[in-house]
Amino acid sequence: MSTNAFHTPPPNGEGEMRAPMDFQSRRMRLNSAWRYAVNHAVTGLAVLSTLLVVAPLVAILIYLVYMGSSSLNLAFFTKIPAPVGETGGGMANAILGSGIVLGLCSVMGIPVGIAAGVYLAEFGRGKALASAIRFTADVLNGVPSIVMGIAIYSLIVMRQQHFSAFAGGVALAIMMVPTITRTTEEMLATVPHAIREAALGLGVPKWRTVLSVSLKTASPGIITGCMLAFARVAGETAPLLFTAFGNQFWSFRLNEPIAALPLQIYVYAMSPYDEWHRLAWAGSLVLIVMIMVAVTLVRIYASRGVLKGAS
Amino acid sequence: MSLEQEPEPSTLLAAPAVTQFVGAAEPILDEGPPSPIRLFLRKRGSGGAADKAFAALMLLCGLSIFAIVIFIFSILVVRSKLSIAQFGLHFFTHSDWDPVSGDFGTLATSLLALVMAVPLAMGVAIFLTELCPMKLRAPISFVTELLAAIPSVVYGLWAVFVLVPLMRDQFGTFLVKYLGWTGFFDGFNFGEGLLTASIILAIMILPVISSITRDIMLAVPNSQREAVLALGATRWEMIRTGVLRNARIGIVGAVILGLGRALGETMAVTMVIGNHPNISKSLFAPGYTLASVIANEFSEATGDLYLSALIEIGLALFLVTIVVNAIARALVWAVTRGAPARIG
Repeated sequence: MSTNAFHTPPPNGEGEMRAPMDFQSRRMRLNSAWRYAVNHAVTGLAVLSTLLVVAPLVAILIYLVYMGSSSLNLAFFTKIPAPVGETGGGMANAILGSGIVLGLCSVMGIPVGIAAGVYLAEFGRGKALASAIRFTADVLNGVPSIVMGIAIYSLIVMRQQHFSAFAGGVALAIMMVPTITRTTEEMLATVPHAIREAALGLGVPKWRTVLSVSLKTASPGIITGCMLAFARVAGETAPLLFTAFGNQFWSFRLNEPIAALPLQIYVYAMSPYDEWHRLAWAGSLVLIVMIMVAVTLVRIYASRGVLKGAS
Repeated sequence: MSLEQEPEPSTLLAAPAVTQFVGAAEPILDEGPPSPIRLFLRKRGSGGAADKAFAALMLLCGLSIFAIVIFIFSILVVRSKLSIAQFGLHFFTHSDWDPVSGDFGTLATSLLALVMAVPLAMGVAIFLTELCPMKLRAPISFVTELLAAIPSVVYGLWAVFVLVPLMRDQFGTFLVKYLGWTGFFDGFNFGEGLLTASIILAIMILPVISSITRDIMLAVPNSQREAVLALGATRWEMIRTGVLRNARIGIVGAVILGLGRALGETMAVTMVIGNHPNISKSLFAPGYTLASVIANEFSEATGDLYLSALIEIGLALFLVTIVVNAIARALVWAVTRGAPARIG
């Protein structure tokens, strides 16, 4: 890895290498001027590209806040969508529906994800099976969310013959598992071995060591991982299209179609009505504020956590 | 905790335990009364059974990840049997019902998005790892990761109401005027179409590529940089020969990972690509991607055959992204030695 960096011949060519180099020669000065020019050009390009990447984010955020805040009002949080043609109405049922579906997927996805991470970090060190699971989790992480949606549709919705909140929860839970597994494993790997050995040396059983020592020490990082996974699935629309399906009215049952904020935004954005566009912007603002608050809180919490000192 | 309740026995009994271990391990069980430490352990339970159960439970959860992959694959195969039987594997090369335009649209938008995103992502990664003052490093990487946290439906909304009019009125006419001779910008410019979809895709995969590339470049040891600088290289020469050359495998992996993301991205693309089965040289033409076919036609899929054809598209998407991601992960792992690439 280290030696192959210098395969390129020196810029002066073979012939001149025999004589001692004259750093004042015209050729050398031109050469070095060229090299410094390239250096500055590349530096400029890197800065420019960073600006270009940050620009759309700022543009999206500013536009979103501008459009969203002008159409946000109390009715948005308390009313269900109004029929076409009527003004007013809100997305209260979609916010509640999102909450139900997300709660459902957290209940199913987080324990499994954490347990799988515990297996990888505490029981599977160095085993081929663990490497295979790790690899599969990473690959599963990249499977498009719409595929998850269509798989759950085939499994649950086609069998039950109707869309349901439960199916939506399962689809999102499957998306959470690999992310949580990998972060949990990563965080457990940073727990020093001495702490585990101290507990085991005192005669504490392994399961108790894992639960009360390893997981507890790594808990800030694991919570961060869970929140990031949560934030990721909170904005997912594609897997809910054919599972939770959406609903214009209040729904509380798990075996009925249920509204969700991202779904509602999609439906409203694609509609031809200005009033609905307005609501879509407001919904996006609410969604993004919720996600960003979650992510930022987690960042602050994690940077103050136990691991900060340990690593 | 049990530790605090019973600290004495273990300290009291340390000495006998040592002598026992020095002697033979097994026979002591049969001779004489059991040792006090064994009594103690027996009383509180050694946790052997609990340990085994716990390990088995954790293993089960670990294996569930395999189970998920296998289950997705098998259920998609079972449900798309009808359409596989009907069309066979020619499904993706014939255009009777037309998922071919989905193939084409997926490839065209993804590759175009990569062309736009990769140089920018490289620039960001280079800036963040090599050039940026320490103070700016954390905020800028935070902002780029924030880009990854925005839901795709919000990107779609922004694209529909901001990017599409922009493409239609300003940027599009500019392109037609100066690059119209290439033939890529023929036809009527609706604002929606392949190019708009590619731009929004590029914005969405940028943070993925740049954050993984950054991790990979950080994994290059500093001694490499110092060695090249000590030979009198400028900073760019140091980056090129010392960093990029060593990290190239991982960077290719990061790019392929971005490709995987782009192939499966659904919502934002569906909202701006125009959704029309169409293969055209013009980038202004509306098109289709595999994912947007599914999202768009699912609600109108009436017959069993129609539905199973859509599920077969899902199967194809699943297999393609599995392969692409497996290759990418293998490349990234080769460089970072198994440390996970962090996204989000």
